[in-house]
Amino acid sequence: MTHITITQIMFCVLSLIAITSAALLIFSKSPIHSVLYLIVTFFAIAGHYILLNAQFLAVVHVIVYAGAIMVLFLFVIMMLNLNKETETHKPMWIQLMAVLAGGAMLVTLVGVLKGAEQMNLKQANDVNIGLVNNLGLVLFNDFLVPFELSSILFLAAMVGSVMLGKKTIS
Amino acid sequence: MIQLAWLIPILPLIGFLVIGLGGKKLSKKLVSFIGCGSVLAAFILSATIFFQLNGSSTVVKLADWINVGKLNVDFSFLIDPLAVVFMLIITGVGFLIHVYSIGYMKDDEKYDRFFAYLNLFIFFMLFLVMGDNYIVMFVGWEGVGLCSYLLIGFWFKNTEYNNAAKKAFIVNRIGDLGFLLGIILIYVTSNSLNFDAVFLHVHNNASNKEIYNLIGILLFIGACGKSAQIPLYTWLPDAMAGPTPVSALIHAATMVTAGVYMIARSAVIFVNAPIASEVIAIVGVSTALLAATIGLFQNDIKKVLAYSTVSQLGYMFLGLGVGAFTGGVFHVMTHAFFKALLFLGAGSVIHAMSGEQDIRKMGGLKKALPITHITFLIATIAISGIPPFSGFFSKDEILAHAYNHNKIYWMLGIIGSMLTAFYMFRLYFLTFHGGFRGTGEQKHHLHESPKSMTIPLVVLAVLAAGAGLLGIPNAHQHLFHEFLHPAFKSASVWIDDAPKHFSMDEGRLMFLAVLAASAAIYTAWLLYKKNNLVPIQNEIAISKFQKIIARKYYVDEFYDAAIRKPIDWVSEKSYKFIELRIIDALVNAIGNVVKWAASVFRLAQSGSVGFYMFAMTIAVLAMLFVKLF
Amino acid sequence: MSAIQIIPLNWYVTLSAILFALGVLGVLYRRNAIIILMCIELMLNAVTLLLVAFSAHHSDPTAQVFVFFIMAVAAAEVAVGLAILMMIYRNTKSIDIDILNKLKG
Repeated sequence: MTHITITQIMFCVLSLIAITSAALLIFSKSPIHSVLYLIVTFFAIAGHYILLNAQFLAVVHVIVYAGAIMVLFLFVIMMLNLNKETETHKPMWIQLMAVLAGGAMLVTLVGVLKGAEQMNLKQANDVNIGLVNNLGLVLFNDFLVPFELSSILFLAAMVGSVMLGKKTIS
Repeated sequence: MIQLAWLIPILPLIGFLVIGLGGKKLSKKLVSFIGCGSVLAAFILSATIFFQLNGSSTVVKLADWINVGKLNVDFSFLIDPLAVVFMLIITGVGFLIHVYSIGYMKDDEKYDRFFAYLNLFIFFMLFLVMGDNYIVMFVGWEGVGLCSYLLIGFWFKNTEYNNAAKKAFIVNRIGDLGFLLGIILIYVTSNSLNFDAVFLHVHNNASNKEIYNLIGILLFIGACGKSAQIPLYTWLPDAMAGPTPVSALIHAATMVTAGVYMIARSAVIFVNAPIASEVIAIVGVSTALLAATIGLFQNDIKKVLAYSTVSQLGYMFLGLGVGAFTGGVFHVMTHAFFKALLFLGAGSVIHAMSGEQDIRKMGGLKKALPITHITFLIATIAISGIPPFSGFFSKDEILAHAYNHNKIYWMLGIIGSMLTAFYMFRLYFLTFHGGFRGTGEQKHHLHESPKSMTIPLVVLAVLAAGAGLLGIPNAHQHLFHEFLHPAFKSASVWIDDAPKHFSMDEGRLMFLAVLAASAAIYTAWLLYKKNNLVPIQNEIAISKFQKIIARKYYVDEFYDAAIRKPIDWVSEKSYKFIELRIIDALVNAIGNVVKWAASVFRLAQSGSVGFYMFAMTIAVLAMLFVKLF
Repeated sequence: MSAIQIIPLNWYVTLSAILFALGVLGVLYRRNAIIILMCIELMLNAVTLLLVAFSAHHSDPTAQVFVFFIMAVAAAEVAVGLAILMMIYRNTKSIDIDILNKLKG
C-alpha cells in the first residue's frame, strides 16, 4: 500500500468527524448541543457502515438512531426544559479521575484488541453480504424466532414507557 | 383370611385417628363405641386367624420399606402361633379393659383423649408382635413406650405424675439403646433383619457363641427396660400414676411383656447363647425375689400389684432363661388374665373409695363390693399358684424347667412364690376383711361399680380361673404347648418335649410348691384375718430391716446418687466451661466478625450512582488487565 | 473497491476503542442523566461498529443480524430509560445523578 486511496481518505475523515463530535458531545454545556453532536456521530458511523458495504445497516442506523432515538432525546430535553446551562459539574478531582479512567480504558482496549486482524480470517471475497437481499435471507431463515421475539420486547418496552409516563399509577 | 391380618393393627389406628382428630366434637357414647368397637373387631379377626392357623406361619407383606444396599426391610407381618397368642391377649384383654374404662373414666374431662391413646397403644402393641423383622418390631417397641409415657402422665397437671412419666420414658430409653445395638449387631452378623433369615443364619452358624452371647445380652438389656427387670425396674412402680385401666393394660398385661415376647421370638439366638440365657435366668429370679420382698411392706394397693408384676415378670424371664419358652409365654398369658383382673379389681375398689389407694384405710369391703370381692379373690388365688387356677400351671411349668436346669433357681423360685402368696393374701385380707378403717364419708359412699366395670371383671375371672387348663402337664395333650410348638421348632434342640421329661419328679415339685403357697396363705390369714393386724402408720416403729425393705432397698436413692448426681455434675461443669466458654464464645465470635465486616463493607454502599459507575469501570479495567497480561 | 480490501481491520479496532473510551469518559464525567444515557448509546455504537467491521472481514452476515437486534434492544432501552428519567424528574425536580442516593446502605 504505497499510495493513499480515496477510501482511506474517507475513512480518516469520517473517523475524525465521529471522534470530534463525540468529544464535543461530552464537553458541551447545553444538552441540546450534546444531542446534536450525537446525531453527527451517528451519521459518521452510518458512513462507516456504507464503507463496509453494509448498506442495510446504514439505512436502519440512520432511521432508528438519527430518526427515532434522537427525536426522543430532544423531546425529553425540551419537555424538561433543560436547555439552560444550569448544570453543576462534578468536583475537579472527580473529573480528573474520570479522564484518567477513560484514558486507561482506551489504552487497555487497544492493548487487548491489537493483533485482532491476525486472527484466522476468511478471505473476504463476498462483498455483498451487507445488502438487504442477503441479510433478509439470513434474518428470516435462521433468526426468525428471535426476530419475532424482539417484537414482544418492543411491546413490553412500549407498555412500560406508557406506564412510567403516566402521572399517577392507580 | 390370614392375608387380611394387616387389618388387625389398622383398625385401632383408625379408631385413634377418628377419636384423636374428632376430639371433643364426638359424644362420649360415640367415642366409647369407636374405641371399643375397633378393638373388638381386631379381636374377632385375630380369633378367626387363630382357628385357621393350624400351626402354619405366614408372612403378610404390605410394602417395601427400607431398601438400601444390602439392607432390605419390608413392611410386613409374620403370622405364626407366637404372634397369634399375643394378638389374642392384646386385643382380648385390651377390649375388656376398654369396656371397663367406659365406666372408670366416665367423669374425666379428657375422656376422648384417653380412648385415643388406648387405641394408639393397641395399634403399636399389635405392630410390635406382628412385625416380621426387627425394625418393624422396634417401631412398635418405641410406639408403646410413647403411649406408656402419654398415659402415665395422663393427668399432666400433677407434677409428680409427670415426673413418673418422664422416669418411665428415660429408663426405657436406656433399655432401647441396648435393643438397638443388639439389632445392629444382628444385622452386622447375619446381613439381614428378617426373623426367618436371621434365625436360619444363626442355625447354620451355631458355633459362633461369643457373638450370640453379646447379641443376647444386648437384646436382654432392651427387655430389661421394657419389662422392668433389675436394674431398670424402678420405673414400673412409679408408673402407677396413670389411670388404673392403663396400669392394667399397659403396665401389667401387655406392654411389659413385650420383652418376654422379644426374647421368645429370638429363641433361636438364645438357644445358641448359653451365657446370655444364664444371665437372663439369674436376673429373672433375682428380680422375682427382690420385688416380692418389697411387695411385703407396701401399703398402696396399686404399688403392691406393681411390685407383684415386676416379680411375675421375673418368673417369665427365669422361664426364658432356662429354656422354657413355651412356659414363659404361657405365664405371660395367664398373668395377663389374673393381673389385669387384679388391677381392674383394685380400680373398682379405688373407685368405690373415692380415690383412696392406701390399704390401711380400707377393710371389710367384701359386703359393699361383692362382685369385685369374688373376682379379686379368684385372681389372688390364681397368682398364688393354687390349683386348679391358671397361675399354678404356668408357674409350675417354669419352676419345673428351672428344677431341671439348676436346683438353686427352683428353690429361689419357690421362696418367691411363697412371698407372692403371702403379700397377695395380705392385700386381700386387709382390703376386703376386717372392719372399715376409712372415714365415715367414704363408708357412706361405698358402692359396687357399674356394669361396664363388673362385666370385664367377671369375664377375666373366668379366664383367670380356667386358662390354666390349656397347659395341664403330663396330660395326654399339653394344648398350649402343642399350639405354640411350631413357632419354636427351630429352637427345639434344647426345649423339645420338655414338659414330659420328668413326670415323676414334677408331681413332687408341684406338691411342694402348693404346700409352700398354702403355708404362706395360712400365715397371712393368721396375721391379718385372725389377729386383725394392720400395718402401723408410723414408720419409726418398724424395725430397721423392715424399713429398708419398705423404702424399696433405697434403690432409687442409690441410682440418684450413683448416676444422676455425677451426670448432673458433669453437665453443670460442661455447661459452664464447654458451653459458655467455648461454644458460645465461638458462636459469638463468628457473629461479631460478620457484624464487623458488614460495618466495613456497608460503607461501599454509598448510594451514589456516580461512585457505582466508577467502581464498575475499574472492575472492567481489572478484568481486561487480566486478559492483557 | 470497498473498504474491506483497503482498510486494515485494526484501524476499525482503534476507532471503536476510541469511541468506546469517550463513552466511558462521558459516563464518568457528567452528572446529567440524559447525557449519560447518550454516552451509553455512544458505547453501544462503538461496539456495533466493531461487529460490522469483523462481519465484513469474515464475510459472515450473522454479526450484522446481531447488530440489527442490538439496535432494536437499544431503541427499547432508550424508550424505557427516558420514561424512567421523566419519572425521576417529576419526583425530584432534577436529573442530577449525584442527588440520587436513596440506595445508601
